[in-house]
Amino acid sequence: MQRILNNPDDIVDEMLKGFLKVHADIVESTENPRVVKAKDIPGGKVGVVTGGGSGHKPAFVGYVGKNMCDAAAVGEICSSPTAAAFLDAFKAADQGKGVACLYGNYSGDNMNVKMAVKMAKKAGITVKTVVANDDAASAPKDQREKRRGVAGEVLMWKIGGAKAAKGGDLDEVIAAAQKAIDNTRSVGIGLTPCTLPAVGHPNFEIPDGMMEVGIGHHGEPGIEVCALESAAQMAKRMVDIVVPDYPFKEGDEVVVLVSGLGATPVMELYVLYDEIDRALTAKGIKTYKAYVGDYFTSLEMMGATLTVMKVDDELKELVDMPAVSMGLKQL
Amino acid sequence: MSGFKNADGKSVLLKMVKAVQDNKAYLGEVDGLIGDGDHGMNMNKGFTVFETRFKDEDIGFTEGLDELGMILLNEIGGSMGPIYGTIFMDMAEAGEELEEIGTRELADMLAAGLSGLCEIVEAQVGDKTLVDTLSPAVETLKQAAEEGKDFKEALEEMKQAARTGRDSTKDMVAKFGRSSRLGERSRGVLDAGATSCCIILEAMADGICEL
Repeated sequence: MQRILNNPDDIVDEMLKGFLKVHADIVESTENPRVVKAKDIPGGKVGVVTGGGSGHKPAFVGYVGKNMCDAAAVGEICSSPTAAAFLDAFKAADQGKGVACLYGNYSGDNMNVKMAVKMAKKAGITVKTVVANDDAASAPKDQREKRRGVAGEVLMWKIGGAKAAKGGDLDEVIAAAQKAIDNTRSVGIGLTPCTLPAVGHPNFEIPDGMMEVGIGHHGEPGIEVCALESAAQMAKRMVDIVVPDYPFKEGDEVVVLVSGLGATPVMELYVLYDEIDRALTAKGIKTYKAYVGDYFTSLEMMGATLTVMKVDDELKELVDMPAVSMGLKQL
Repeated sequence: MSGFKNADGKSVLLKMVKAVQDNKAYLGEVDGLIGDGDHGMNMNKGFTVFETRFKDEDIGFTEGLDELGMILLNEIGGSMGPIYGTIFMDMAEAGEELEEIGTRELADMLAAGLSGLCEIVEAQVGDKTLVDTLSPAVETLKQAAEEGKDFKEALEEMKQAARTGRDSTKDMVAKFGRSSRLGERSRGVLDAGATSCCIILEAMADGICEL
């Protein structure tokens, strides 16, 4: 294992120390070492909170900032934050207008958020949730409630954060974030496995020359393992999973987000993006805005995810709003 | 053996800690087959925090279970934090007044842990979760208490029930947790939670017998 570490058990705390030093203009620490909040949260707005396991940089702390999330709870690698951390994140974000907790559909996160929402209610904070389930490959379409949240969460935070910054009330923020995730579909292709630093070796395999279609952000097995394909073939395969699932139709305008899984060179993501754009254009789907980069990773896995969100006038306005966070800066 | 003194139970907890530490890699492997491989690591981290904090403290069995549960719930998180945190804290609550713990008392404590768990997860026997280990263990211990069996004999039977329960998860299709998304692909592999629950129950029984 070729990694930059001290004691692997301390990696999350040590990462946070560095992160807070570098991004001191955007974020700050809180009393709970596993909660990061935005600097100078404007008063009187709905709080926007997220949280999740570590190892997905820039998610989740990287999306705390101006017009984005107000606070994030930080878990161990690939493991939900504690209920206590979610609760403290609610408290850090609450400006008296309630808190929108926007997170991904994983059993640990669901349990801990559920417990934290209950505790917050006792503390007088109203929390409503949106659970992202954009990964089209993680369960059949008629079981959307079982699907995982992946890179579509970035767009959910962008939309929810913008709506809250514009002065939307809690129900409006929740409705906008829910609309964002309902309009979004994603799929991933993994080329190599990833290694939890404290485990020291990959816990699954993708043989050289093969790729896994539909792989999850923690290496959850995908829907098909097949021979490694060209960028054009990969793009076609991803578009052919995502487009009919929503379904995106001719004439639709969409936001496209292509994220690396951690170890794939960003150069290759642009190659993939170009092919995806061709495939979408061929179907008459128009890209309103695109994001390409390492937006939601899976440690040092190689591969990429494609996320497509259908936009209307409301979502366009919210997507276009400036944002300042480590993971997404937009003027 | 009819029971053990609650106040003397710290060594039982440390035995459970040791078992989790010894099985860190194994649990990670089991979890990695259909989960994300972090189970051994997180369990090890939580149980080791407990060991570091309490190995030199004077602490009884139920008091220690409560501390261990709070560490898992408040400091570890994941899915195992709320699951084992709830089990241990509800066990502790059910037994906190006890001076002496025998078959009946341990059965009641474990039953309280199981019912607390059922309030936060909907899993039932057959869903390929740790309920498949815990539920038959509780039932066996209850039965042994009804029959007035010797504590050690009851604990042996509980261990066997836990092992059988754990092994039963191998042929099941997961309905809860991350592995549930795999459907048929989850068949043929043990459930990681059922496996760790068996390790913990066996260590608890062995620790009690060594007192």
